[in-house]
Amino acid sequence: MPDLFEWLCRMGDNTLVLGHRVSEWCGHAPVLEEDIALANTALDLIGQTQMWLGLAAEVQGEGRSADDLAFRRDAWDFRNCLLVELPNRDFGHTLMRQFLFDSWHKLMLTGLCESQDDRIAAIAMKSLKEVSYHQERSADTVIGLGDGTAESHDRMQAALDRLWPYMGELFQPDAVDDRMTRQGIAPDLAALRSGFDAIIADTIQEATLVLTDSRFAHRGGRDGSRHTEHLGHMLAVMQVLPRSYPDARW
Amino acid sequence: MSNEWPLWEVFIRGQHGMSHRHVGSLHAPDAEMAIKNARDVYTRRNEGVSIWVVPAAQIAASSPSDKGPLFDPSRSKVYRHPTFFDIPDDVGAM
Repeated sequence: MPDLFEWLCRMGDNTLVLGHRVSEWCGHAPVLEEDIALANTALDLIGQTQMWLGLAAEVQGEGRSADDLAFRRDAWDFRNCLLVELPNRDFGHTLMRQFLFDSWHKLMLTGLCESQDDRIAAIAMKSLKEVSYHQERSADTVIGLGDGTAESHDRMQAALDRLWPYMGELFQPDAVDDRMTRQGIAPDLAALRSGFDAIIADTIQEATLVLTDSRFAHRGGRDGSRHTEHLGHMLAVMQVLPRSYPDARW
Repeated sequence: MSNEWPLWEVFIRGQHGMSHRHVGSLHAPDAEMAIKNARDVYTRRNEGVSIWVVPAAQIAASSPSDKGPLFDPSRSKVYRHPTFFDIPDDVGAM
């Protein structure tokens, strides 16, 4: 796969898969206000997906659309990080995943606003406003639940322990990332780590949670080599309509 | 019901120069989250440029049973309505 297409799929598949995961809460969140807020976040992410995958399809030049990329690829073609495909589990786990991803996403988009590719910088600038709000909201919720009741604290600590090993993948550049960085298209992923660690440390401390020292990292999502079993199940639900009724319009 | 978050009344200003208007209410654990929830519940279709939230418990309200003495006397006093003046267009929204 050409570098730029591959890289754009990484951005677009992150927002697509997480957007779908978050949308699974629609109608099920613990309170109405959170339900609507999660639906807004999901819609923002799907909107960003249209831009990233729209550009990916354009760059690929095979006459495909963002919808084609979203609904007519299989799990092994997806380039999202493992973190976003993990199941929602409980509300606290969903919000912890959101907070960790938002914190990375905000730094990444901030760097991408300086991209040498104007199309990428434009998408980043539009997305950054939305993601800054997502990050503020999810950080507040992590603090509220972490520093909440004994039960909410324990659930948030368990979520952090479970999700932390999935963060490393987002900071480990491969050959594609390196070439993007050398061309001035994308920031160096490894260089985002210190800013990320500082944000996380502050919020986690305020939430009265404890971060493990381990830097063990699951990987294999961003290059498609080793997605979790969960992605295929999610795609089966997400893609069933366009695959059952190809070219349906509504 | 003591596990419920407190109720907040939400006021949104639709555009600069207009006043905040009551749009509804919601639950939230504190004022900051009430503003965030109001943003998500009441401004998702680009309705606002400013949000106020007020704890519903802090609002003092007139009693429905006082309706007669409070409001009936002003019913028949048409001379109190400033409808006999032409308002210049330049004044804008009143």
